[in-house]
Amino acid sequence: MQIGLISLLDGLVYGMLLFMLASGLTLILSMMGVLNFAHASVYMLGAYFAYELSRWVGFWPALIIAPLLCGAIGAAIEVWGLRRVHHNGHIAELLFTFGLVFIIGRAVQMAWGMLPMPYRVPASLDFPLFSLYGENFPAYRGFMLLISALMLLTIWLLLKKTRIGLIIQAALTHPSMVSALGHDVPSVFTIVFAGGSLLAGLAGVIAGNYLTTESSMADAMGPIVFVVVIFGGLGSLAGCFIASILMGMVQTFSVVMEWSFADMLRPLGISVSADDLLGEILTISISRIGPLVPYVLLIVILLFRPRGLMGTRET
Amino acid sequence: MSDTALRALPSRGPAAIAVRLWPWIAALLVSVILPWLFYDFQHGRQSGFMVSMLSQTGMMIIFALSFNMLMGQAGLLSFCHSVLFGLAGYSTVHFLNAAGAGQLPVPMELIPLLAGLSGLGFGIVFGYMACKQRSTAFAMITLGIVQLVTTAATMFHHFFGGEGGVKTDREIGISLFGLEYGQSIQVYYLIVAWMMISAVGMYFHTMTPLGRMANACRDNHERAQFVGYDPRIVRFLQFAVSGFYAGVAGGLFAITYEIVTFDAVAAPLAANALLMAYIGGATTFFGPVLGAILITLLQSGVSLMSNSWLVYVGVLFIAMVTFAPTGLTGIILEHAPIARAGLLRRLVVPYLRILLPGLVVLFGFVGVVELLSFLTIGMAQGKRLELFGRAVDIFGSAPWIASLACLLGGGFWLTRESRHFKRVWDGLTEVARR
Repeated sequence: MQIGLISLLDGLVYGMLLFMLASGLTLILSMMGVLNFAHASVYMLGAYFAYELSRWVGFWPALIIAPLLCGAIGAAIEVWGLRRVHHNGHIAELLFTFGLVFIIGRAVQMAWGMLPMPYRVPASLDFPLFSLYGENFPAYRGFMLLISALMLLTIWLLLKKTRIGLIIQAALTHPSMVSALGHDVPSVFTIVFAGGSLLAGLAGVIAGNYLTTESSMADAMGPIVFVVVIFGGLGSLAGCFIASILMGMVQTFSVVMEWSFADMLRPLGISVSADDLLGEILTISISRIGPLVPYVLLIVILLFRPRGLMGTRET
Repeated sequence: MSDTALRALPSRGPAAIAVRLWPWIAALLVSVILPWLFYDFQHGRQSGFMVSMLSQTGMMIIFALSFNMLMGQAGLLSFCHSVLFGLAGYSTVHFLNAAGAGQLPVPMELIPLLAGLSGLGFGIVFGYMACKQRSTAFAMITLGIVQLVTTAATMFHHFFGGEGGVKTDREIGISLFGLEYGQSIQVYYLIVAWMMISAVGMYFHTMTPLGRMANACRDNHERAQFVGYDPRIVRFLQFAVSGFYAGVAGGLFAITYEIVTFDAVAAPLAANALLMAYIGGATTFFGPVLGAILITLLQSGVSLMSNSWLVYVGVLFIAMVTFAPTGLTGIILEHAPIARAGLLRRLVVPYLRILLPGLVVLFGFVGVVELLSFLTIGMAQGKRLELFGRAVDIFGSAPWIASLACLLGGGFWLTRESRHFKRVWDGLTEVARR
């Protein structure tokens, strides 16, 4: 039980972090049709910027400045990069961001080296918030939850209550109609791309010290975020939210599960030995195959519901 | 005039076949002769480095061509092509082990066929999952598949051998021609043979109804549906067939290196195929061949010398996407109308004029990147930057100023020259069109 509650909170923290990344990606993807490979790279940049800034001006200013820098980088990528290749089609745009991944990844290594950065939780947040059955819940995780909840509220208000939000929502499902109505869709694209990059940067700032700030963090996060976006379905922020929380929970809970499928079969009188591939799959414990679970879930949902959990259209 | 031109090109008979076949025969001859050009007379054998690089090029040509069956011909961007390659490689290791133990009486020459068939099988399985969607969603699903299989490959020991991979011995002792395949040159000729078979197979595939329908679904998915074809089935079949050829490449990989690890299924390999196909030119059949040769050459050359290989790849890639989306073969083909008008000679001087600032920019860019990388990564590795046999002081201002001046000044010069070049080019195409 005690494992359950703490894991639940941890899963929530991780899920909200995933949502912060995935929401930007799904907005960019649904509106512009661009599968932005560089999204996780911008997340990594956010963490590195925050580390560098917190050395000079402290954590709190860094929390504001680093995401803004990432947003500016996102806008620059959109205006000077993607717009130029736009007329070559979606695949060209995707490939452009794919090339950026190489450059950003290597540039980070050139600027900061290959070793993990000593980017730590600020001292003012480095205390246990409360204890549950003898296990501490660090205040920083509570802070992460707070930030992500604030972000969720801001996005919701922006999308539901402002004019630009209305246009973005419309452009999510009917981009060509919105431009036919005379709205400046390219600048909406720039705003969305910058906003998505800003969120990715923010995620990097608060995750950099919770996880580790290192040059492989983009590769570690990227695939999971893509899984969340497809799982949630294109064009749906709600689906993206549910998928993020679900993936966060799945990843946190699978770590603490020590049983295997063979243990489940034993009461039925079936015993399995680990002599062949099938036996190995059945006898390996869930905690060890935890990293596989999101991808298995992805394939299961695609087999039964190709458009994703709450997707509004096929592609 | 047109009559004589038509008569000059025979449409039937052995002469016509020779005209159509000459690129294939030339490719075969070149690949057969090439290792002998690097013959090491001291040791009485071919240079080991060259043979292994040529072998790598050969299997990458098959791999890039099979990747282009999806990207270029069907408009499907697959990131799990390495999965088909790698899983077939793993299967081949198990085939070879079984053959070595006398349980599988298949000669070495036909092992790649078995690998291809297992690639086809994996293509059917993963194609069923991925081909439900198209374009961007398809790309994302394949991304999920590649992560799934890579993670699984490091986890399970029976088929994948965990993180250490599975090993084999290619000297199985069964051969159609009585060869042992102990020497790498023999393996190279096996690769050449299968490369030619696969390339011919894939070339003919583009002329089959399936190949044509794949093009149709790429160009206009709705219209293909209207004609009465199910684009999903077309995608699925195309995916499975390309899985066969990727499997052949994976089998040759296993035979050459005698070990397959999870690197063979992982995403970077698929990214490599994408680079080869795109840089070579995905719009033509032979583009990926050019890309595979170029990228393998660069990889074996530059990645040994520089830490920053990936930066150059990224910049080259972005430059290609932005300025030459049709790839190298696309650029070459754009010269065809000018060449037909006999005006190619007039491009020599403009090319030379653009080449010089281009080289200056390249020098400056490489200088800046290398200096930066030696400042952090190189220092951590304890390496020293050496140029023309002399150590360069990376903390001194001279190399930085020189590189930056080359980059900025050369960039300015290049933009001016490229404007001039574009004027000449536009004028020549105008003349050629008339």
